[in-house]
Amino acid sequence: MRVVEKRQLLSAEEIGRTLQRLAHEIVEKSGGTANLALIGVRRRGVPLAERLATTIGGFTHSQIPVGTLDITLYRDDLSTIGPHPVVQSTEIDFPVDDRDLVIVDDVLYTGRTIRAAINGLFDLGRPRRVRLCVLVDRGHRELPIEASFVGRTVQTTDNELVEVRLKETDGEDRVVLVERAL
Amino acid sequence: MVQRLTHLLGIETLTREQITFFLDQAKPFQEFQRYPLKKLATLRGKTVALAFFEPSTRTRISFGTAAARLGADTMALQAEASSLKKGESLMDTVRTLEAMRPDSIVMRHSSSGAPAFVAERLGVPVLNAGDGMHEHPTQALLDALTIRDRKETLEGWNVTILGDILHSRVARSNIYLLSKFGARITLCGPAPWLPRDVESLAPGLRRSYCTEEALEGADVVMVLRVQTERLHEPALPAEEYILEYQLTPKRLQIARPDALVLHPGPMIRGLEIDPAVADGPQSCVLEQVTNGLAVRMALLYHLVGGAAPEVPQTTKE
Repeated sequence: MRVVEKRQLLSAEEIGRTLQRLAHEIVEKSGGTANLALIGVRRRGVPLAERLATTIGGFTHSQIPVGTLDITLYRDDLSTIGPHPVVQSTEIDFPVDDRDLVIVDDVLYTGRTIRAAINGLFDLGRPRRVRLCVLVDRGHRELPIEASFVGRTVQTTDNELVEVRLKETDGEDRVVLVERAL
Repeated sequence: MVQRLTHLLGIETLTREQITFFLDQAKPFQEFQRYPLKKLATLRGKTVALAFFEPSTRTRISFGTAAARLGADTMALQAEASSLKKGESLMDTVRTLEAMRPDSIVMRHSSSGAPAFVAERLGVPVLNAGDGMHEHPTQALLDALTIRDRKETLEGWNVTILGDILHSRVARSNIYLLSKFGARITLCGPAPWLPRDVESLAPGLRRSYCTEEALEGADVVMVLRVQTERLHEPALPAEEYILEYQLTPKRLQIARPDALVLHPGPMIRGLEIDPAVADGPQSCVLEQVTNGLAVRMALLYHLVGGAAPEVPQTTKE
């Protein structure tokens, strides 16, 4: 699939400032850090969750646990004909029961990934509350899913993609809007 | 021409990359066994036929549980060994299976090559759960996973396989797998169960009729089940087997201090293995069972769902 870059949505500096703001928002709207834990959705949700936890730790002096969640086994498209994707590990080494969880992902689009993430979390226990934090909300929801913490909301068409690049996974911090080359 | 992995018939034709892929894919399923809610919808709506034509409790339950935890339905077929001509009854078997339209077949049969026979004729993935004296690929994979987890690598270990090598499909599959990873394998057992031509299974295999000699320097000791029906053959009474070949604590000390003890099960305590060894810190038998579930889930996930494009392919000869 060929794509053409249309415009940059967030520079490295803007990503940094956005994450700072999101970290403060999360703590503010959680009434503190007691019981709070972040769950990064593979792949790019993971470094985002880790950065948020580090930032929160910096200004609250408490360590927020971070788990990683692979949603492959909970996808809703596995019964369609085609190869099954490679499964990665889910690593949540703290109990989920009664926790105040924030799922962290890079882009919120149809909502199906988050539906799968919720399914995955509920297989592990019964959290007290689950909310969602995303770097970019690009609209076009197909399920009733909403993010409590949003970095940037962007209007997109179905032909466009929001590409989040992070130092940890892609070597640079940048968010761009690209279009499928027809 | 590149062909994807459709069936799991044996280890012999798998590449290192394919084996490593499935061992890696077993890891998330190992973690899954610790979840409070062990039920996925990944294979929902699919049917896995468990066609066991030889008695089996452990492998059948393991595959059945793996399928169920992935959300699949299972069809259990347990037929007694037929007295009819083998070819004839196997074709009937194939037709019966076909009529039930499963999405995949897990098969154990007393004839070597039976799963391959079925795979050629039916259009669904076939997983070999043990065929005659030929292969038991999932056993070798779970053994490899156990070794890799305990020892952090699968490369280059000294492995001693102890027991009835001749009749053991577990031994064969393990020999194929471990030799692909550079293992130095020593086969040990009573002479009638250790014919010279087993050496042709893989390069560099050693044979020994002496347990003490075979255990020297071993990093992994695989103890094979004694198939008690064979003890009535003139060659070997049970007492003699115990005396010469039982893995006792004293014999285990000859191996490396951190050597692993593996057994495919079911164990006959006091026959091929001393209970102290079976229950000791070097014994991996319980991990083998858990890993069996994880490996079988990973295989069903990919084979019943179709291998992902990133899965290393076999090349068509």
